[in-house]
Amino acid sequence: MSKVIVVTSGKGGVGKTTTSASFAAGLAGRGHRTVVIDFDIGLRNLDLVMGCERRVVYDFVNVINEEATLKQALIRDKTDSNLHILPASQTRDKDAFTREKVGKVIRELRDNFDYIVCDSPAGIEKGALMALFYADEALVVTNPEISSVRDSDRILGMLAAKSLRAIKDYEPIKEHLVVTRYCPTRAETGEMLSLDDIQELLGIELIGVIPESEAVLNASNAGIPVIRDEQSSSGQAYQDMVSRFLGEDVPMRFLEVEKKGFLKRIFGA
Amino acid sequence: MEPARPEGGTAIELKGAVFTLPVLKLRSVELGAIEHELKVHLARGLNFFKHAPLVVDLELVRERADKLDFAALAGSLHDLQLFTVGVRNATPEQAERAVAAGLAVLKGGITRDNELASSEKPVAEELPVATEVSRRRTRIVSQPVRSGQQIYAKGCDLVVLSSVNVGAEVLADGNIHVYGSLRGRAFAGVSEDTTARIFAQAMEPELAAIAGNYQVFDEPAASRLYGKAAQIYLDDEQLVIAPL
Repeated sequence: MSKVIVVTSGKGGVGKTTTSASFAAGLAGRGHRTVVIDFDIGLRNLDLVMGCERRVVYDFVNVINEEATLKQALIRDKTDSNLHILPASQTRDKDAFTREKVGKVIRELRDNFDYIVCDSPAGIEKGALMALFYADEALVVTNPEISSVRDSDRILGMLAAKSLRAIKDYEPIKEHLVVTRYCPTRAETGEMLSLDDIQELLGIELIGVIPESEAVLNASNAGIPVIRDEQSSSGQAYQDMVSRFLGEDVPMRFLEVEKKGFLKRIFGA
Repeated sequence: MEPARPEGGTAIELKGAVFTLPVLKLRSVELGAIEHELKVHLARGLNFFKHAPLVVDLELVRERADKLDFAALAGSLHDLQLFTVGVRNATPEQAERAVAAGLAVLKGGITRDNELASSEKPVAEELPVATEVSRRRTRIVSQPVRSGQQIYAKGCDLVVLSSVNVGAEVLADGNIHVYGSLRGRAFAGVSEDTTARIFAQAMEPELAAIAGNYQVFDEPAASRLYGKAAQIYLDDEQLVIAPL
């Protein structure tokens, strides 16, 4: 059974595209046939983060308008043959989207892939609603600050009301919380919301905490999903998240303030 | 010529409302006995019933009530300053005669069986006085109410088993109960029921309103009940927050 997973947040700039790229690359890296779709028509970024921007010939809108076949538009990842990207159009606008046309593309993808990851645009407009409409599960990406949490709350309401599963009264979308740009020291001093606060406010199960790290920016600039940077804490945290998504029981890491060096050893309890 | 229309376009507004009415359950059809016992009850100071609209229940006297003169009954009740609005549990024939006497025919209703009359041992033919309660249904929401969502419990109470988040709105014609945190906006008694209340396990609303009287909580931490189990009710057009 193929699964459609939307990566969404409401707010912009919280790490949806980074999470989509790493999540899809992580699933593919474990042998699952995976495609990641960029729903951000007009502001496409996913191809950059995935390092395939120079290989985009046809895009999602071309497929929707039947100007190209899916086969022509799908871009295979350079290093992982299990991973494909369906890029957004940079020039068209999202009026091209209709439920029927997007549904037809999703159905065709379901026949060929195990996981279909939908990278949602920010906001709660048509593009975001289209990205979540066919979802079976959702990764809700949140930063540890109040406006991001509130926007995530809004999008959770949309998942529960405006998706196909909601409209048809099927089993509701399974929601997972991903906290990105988490900084333990700042959470400890109260500058950031703590994980407990976020979970209390949103009331959904936590699937991953990605620590703030320079590696994320470096990886984006290099066009490599950060999950492939095995040295970085962010890469490892994304690997853990993929494991949890696949049902493994993995403890949360990178939540504690790192132990101070020798002074702490002398004076610490 | 059409009559002049008042400002606002319409002369009337039709609305539904729920009332609690006292029910007079007859055990005898003899007017004199009924009148006598009622006088005894009223003399005991049951002022609650003064000027009360009353429903006459015929359940126990259906077989015998065919000769009951509804106009005379309503008349003698009126002399005691009780206003008969209708009958219930009437046979079709009795119903017809009640209507002819200017009374309404009521259907259904749930009767609370606590007797308001007295704790004394009932004398020969005591009249138990029960209170009619038309049941309000309750709307129960088990999911969190999230930012941007609005839930209106029309004509009833609202129970939210989870939290009402910031940016969400809950409205009810009756009371609002939140068994998680109330962080959004809550409007109870929206069709002007000033007796409606708001209850929450953790009271942290952005705004609370009862029957249109509202209060914003822009410095929530200043209240000592912030985040605590509390209720909000209306006292003389003032919202009162009290601990639970």
